[in-house]
Amino acid sequence: MSEATQQLAPASLDEVRDGLADAGYLASESAALVSFLAYKLGKPVLVEGPAGVGKTELAKALSRYAQRSLVRLQCYEGLDEAKALYEWNYRKQLLRIQTEAAGTAWQDVQEDIFSEDFLMARPLLTAISVQEPVVLLIDEIDKTDQEFEAMLLEVLSDFQISIPELGVVEATTRPLVLLTSNNTRELTEALKRRCLYLWLDYPDAERELEIVRLHVPELPETITRRLIEIIHMVRNLDLKKPPSIAESIDWARALLLLGATDIDRSLFERTMSIIVKHRTDLDVVAERVGVKLDDGIPGLAGRG
Amino acid sequence: MASPDLPDAGNRGGLYGGFPEGVPAGLAPQLVRFCEELREEGVKIGTAELLDAFDALGEVSWTDREDFRETLAATLAKSQEDRRVFELMFDRFFFRSVEAQAVEKGLKETRFEGGERIDLDELRRQIEAAIRQGNDGEMSDLARLAVAAFGGQGESSGVIGVDVQRIRRTLDLRSQGRDGDQAQGLDRDAVRRFEQHLRRELERGLIHRTESLPPSKPLAEFDRALPGGPLQDLAQVHRVVAQLKRRLATSGHEARGRRRSHVVDVRRTMRASLETGGVPLRLRYRPKRPRRPEIYVLCDVSTSVTSASVFFLSVLHALHDSFRKLRSFAFVERIDEVTEIFERERTFRAVSQRIAREAGVADVSGYTDYGRVWREFLERVGDDLDPRSTVIVLGDARTNGREPHAAIFGHVADRAGRMFWLNPEPRLYWNYGDSVMQAYEPYCDGVFECWTTKQLEQFVNVVAGRPEINT
Repeated sequence: MSEATQQLAPASLDEVRDGLADAGYLASESAALVSFLAYKLGKPVLVEGPAGVGKTELAKALSRYAQRSLVRLQCYEGLDEAKALYEWNYRKQLLRIQTEAAGTAWQDVQEDIFSEDFLMARPLLTAISVQEPVVLLIDEIDKTDQEFEAMLLEVLSDFQISIPELGVVEATTRPLVLLTSNNTRELTEALKRRCLYLWLDYPDAERELEIVRLHVPELPETITRRLIEIIHMVRNLDLKKPPSIAESIDWARALLLLGATDIDRSLFERTMSIIVKHRTDLDVVAERVGVKLDDGIPGLAGRG
Repeated sequence: MASPDLPDAGNRGGLYGGFPEGVPAGLAPQLVRFCEELREEGVKIGTAELLDAFDALGEVSWTDREDFRETLAATLAKSQEDRRVFELMFDRFFFRSVEAQAVEKGLKETRFEGGERIDLDELRRQIEAAIRQGNDGEMSDLARLAVAAFGGQGESSGVIGVDVQRIRRTLDLRSQGRDGDQAQGLDRDAVRRFEQHLRRELERGLIHRTESLPPSKPLAEFDRALPGGPLQDLAQVHRVVAQLKRRLATSGHEARGRRRSHVVDVRRTMRASLETGGVPLRLRYRPKRPRRPEIYVLCDVSTSVTSASVFFLSVLHALHDSFRKLRSFAFVERIDEVTEIFERERTFRAVSQRIAREAGVADVSGYTDYGRVWREFLERVGDDLDPRSTVIVLGDARTNGREPHAAIFGHVADRAGRMFWLNPEPRLYWNYGDSVMQAYEPYCDGVFECWTTKQLEQFVNVVAGRPEINT
């Protein structure tokens, strides 16, 4: 571990929580605790939870808080080591071979073309070989296949990458690693064993209220409160895609721009496409939530 | 083993060099025992996890209950299911060990002494305040007090759910939305959390009185998601199916690998050619996407499979989101296509209502008539069936004494590429009474008993062409 990591390591749990709040992320108790442990133990964190609860945002906030740059590896089906770890720049290698085709001993060329000049660092190699420590975000790990997971193990536990032609590249700095997963498939035991586990869920009404108020402080509190209540109502329906926290914030911003003083049925139906993004979901929400708004939500009618 | 001259503190484990410093001596063996109990409940904990837990406890203040719990959870429980088991076990384990110590040392709780003489109004006021603040620790204490005040002494019904509601009524806790006045009502989630505490306290009391763990393991209970009666909460089924839905959406991805096809991947070929000095001796191909199968699902909705068909319909509901070429049929005496209903309606309730109302599946008796169903199915879609199509039957194969007409079923199987049968009854009951499973079995590529989500997932693995996962 380098000097820098030691200096920046937070002294207490509260420090992490406050730091994240300053970076614009209101962490739940468990999120703050696990982030703190990740710092202290130098272990990767596996973050699971439904889409849109702020898994990726946590990584971004951590990078802002720790003042480290964020290296992001977006996973997708068919991602392989050439795109995640490193790749030999074969075009350059070919050119090299051709320019020196005649008169050079094969041994010299081989040693030459498999040197660092011809190596293209991909996110994982970048994350461990840079001078300043970074936050490494491996997003949606569940989208890749199991072979890829196996390949990650070396990086995650020993912070090193073996390149057959070159040898082992060891980490100069230790990145803070976050892996996110939407839980579409079971991850391997081996990967889980190397990680701390954090389950993020939709925040409760009070915390979400705070989050929205943090991002859209100009919106009157009564409206924000009502907005959160409606969002929670919508999330309770069986939707294809329930509204995420980011969408609550977007909706709050839209209401602010529209200068809304109350959320009634017509306003809701005009703006609900901000929080509901599926045609069939729109029908359900209009039918189930819109009607309730007409009658007024119990406890809110006549207010605002 | 530990050498004798090492100091005693922090060296009780011996074999792996002892426990890290910073963990109090009494706690370490407790934690190991806790992990063993978790393992017995099916949570996979290795030595690596245990060591992590010790490391982590060295970093946080383990005197704060919530921090202590979260720290252990983050290092020991690595999935949502594990986390659920962990919560149950954590409370049970540490509650017990605390109680055991208290008894040992002759300690008594002085704060809540004399549960019977508590002022009811004062208690209600305190509980309301705690719920308003959302303070879990306080709620837990007060729940215990409430249970002490109203829970015991013959008043207990023995059914925890009933007792929770009784205590809640006695306390007169109103949540928002009932009387329309926000100032009076309490936050619904907070009340629910308080109920959770009550439930936990009652469970604890039960565990304590009977001196044994509840007979059903939490995992097994969760696994058996098929509702036993119409009153049972469908939400659980939906949660499981939603999970399955996500898995189905990615089904086959990890097993696909790179198969040979006929499109050359230039980049990878060039890369590979470097081994041979830039001469592309070996061609590399682009991976090939498998063709999505056409699926026909036939679902029995008669009364003999009432509870199962709720499960099956929600499965069908989930399947519709995942497979584009899926046609579904419901049958009792006759068969009717319900694909359109599933595509139109989003909510599960609406789907089942429309099927009951619109699909002309029941004729006179309301008993399943398999022979007629096969005949009608063949007439309707026989021409569409080809070797690429997969037919899945969801039913109990109980003909009510009618002729099974296995030959017609065989025709369907001949035309279709694959034929599967999912039976909601355990294999033990097959071919007893009017069950004619054996008449159909020879024509099927696979017959499965299917009454838990795990079994369903296994089946999905087979359909998606993945190897079966050992349970």
